[in-house]
Amino acid sequence: MTEQIEAYLRGEMTEREKAEFEQLRAVDPLLDQQVVAHQTFIEQLKDYGNKHRLISDMNAIHETLDMRAIKEEVLPKSMIVRKLWDKYRMNAAVAASVALLAVFSTLFSTGYFSKRNALVSGYNALRREMSKEVDRKIQRSKKELMQNIKAHSMQGPVNPGEYSGTGFALTTSGYIVTNNHVIEGADSIYIQDNSGNSFKARKVYAQPQYDIAVLQIIDKNFSSLKSLPYTFKRSTADLGENVFTLGFPREDYVLGTGYVSSRTGYKGDTVQYQIDIPVNSGNSGSPLLDTKGNVLGVISGKENNVDGASFAVKSKYLIEALDEAPQEVKDDLILSNKNSLSGLSRKDQIKKIKDYVFMVKVY
Amino acid sequence: MSKEIKRSVPTDSEVILGILNGSKDVLEKVYKAYFPMILQMIVMNNGNEDDAKDIFQESVLVLYDKVKSGNFELNSKLKTFIYSVCRRLWLKRLSQLSRNAGNVKDFEDVLPVEQDLEKHEERDKQFKQMEKALVHLGEPCKTIIEDFYIHNKSMQEICEKFGYTNADNAKNQKYKCLQRLKKIFFQAD
Repeated sequence: MTEQIEAYLRGEMTEREKAEFEQLRAVDPLLDQQVVAHQTFIEQLKDYGNKHRLISDMNAIHETLDMRAIKEEVLPKSMIVRKLWDKYRMNAAVAASVALLAVFSTLFSTGYFSKRNALVSGYNALRREMSKEVDRKIQRSKKELMQNIKAHSMQGPVNPGEYSGTGFALTTSGYIVTNNHVIEGADSIYIQDNSGNSFKARKVYAQPQYDIAVLQIIDKNFSSLKSLPYTFKRSTADLGENVFTLGFPREDYVLGTGYVSSRTGYKGDTVQYQIDIPVNSGNSGSPLLDTKGNVLGVISGKENNVDGASFAVKSKYLIEALDEAPQEVKDDLILSNKNSLSGLSRKDQIKKIKDYVFMVKVY
Repeated sequence: MSKEIKRSVPTDSEVILGILNGSKDVLEKVYKAYFPMILQMIVMNNGNEDDAKDIFQESVLVLYDKVKSGNFELNSKLKTFIYSVCRRLWLKRLSQLSRNAGNVKDFEDVLPVEQDLEKHEERDKQFKQMEKALVHLGEPCKTIIEDFYIHNKSMQEICEKFGYTNADNAKNQKYKCLQRLKKIFFQAD
């Protein structure tokens, strides 16, 4: 039957057959319905075919288009950037805030903000902290070896200082050298001598690169010192040279002896020596002298968790730093070149030196 | 923001004649003339290149259907018609994706094309249904049906292609296939 319907629809019937079929169709509504249904279905099928071809034709045309040229022509230039921005700005914002948070929390938790003055972590600047925070601070990796003067106040007068270090005289007129990290951020600076007299001082010059600072005593009660017993060595000291230092890790002098153990300092810092000498917080700024009484350097720090690795700024760089001082300071800074310590025993040397070594208190 | 698009555009009557004749050349001209406009509209309204391609091709199908059914009245520019269809289609797509409930920023005049699209949707449904049915039908039936009804090949050719011993065998096979296709097609309804 389908065959007949198809033949009829495709016009493949002879005239007689066609007439017969049409008659049949007229009397049989079921057949008529089938014919119509078949016709629509075939049309749908053809439709499908046409559409299919049209789409594949269009895809072929689409392939030949120069999309970049069209885009450039049609879209404003900023469009592409703006689209990317629109799409990713939330991600970018989130990423940026996470990154910032991570950076700052890391820096904060490692104590970066509180130890900017430490040269490198693991390096221990030896100024002494004279506040109650000392225990907590010492636990920090930085461990600026400081001592809480208040905690010791039972043994001496109440001292409201925050930090203390050591300094020693450069000239008889009251110029004192110490480490820059001792006096960094200071409100006011006092120099305390051997007998407990305090003198007000001010910073006149600092060279943070070498960790050197020069103070001047500006107190009326200060009278000039007698001529300096030590000289400053301009050349580099040899390994194994015996050295000693005098400083204020507490409220009194402490002598430390040792030897130059390396010609470079922390992590190969050529500005410093490494010295095998016991030093503690408060020793920062102490003079480092050889057996003949020449100043070899300025004690500045030690390495954490390493025994016998203390560091001192070489006197060569101390002199270099002083040479770069402002002219009016430089004019006053005439270093002594007469050594009255050579030939003396260690005991006598210390007796002479102690009047020229001071405690530097920072408020 | 919008740049004026200038390019060689085929005349509208040329296009309509071409569509009725099934001219590939005209299709290509239409594509090249109007696709950039649609790309602009869609990309500027949260779409991308592929969206533009889909939408534009659909609008061409709508145009073909309309022209072939004979009720395309040239009372507006062809360009406006295509633009309006695409705009409508894109709005619908956007609301489906709920990317943008609002409006499309317009670059051209707009015609009401809802009726055309309703028709189109119905045809599209049929199209998809037929496609599904044909896939379901499987080989060799699919190819036989396509060759005979769509590509208008003679029974003799099909017979040779599939290696049937004679045209009658092939014919029988074709009828079986057609019956099955009808069954699948109307079942899915």
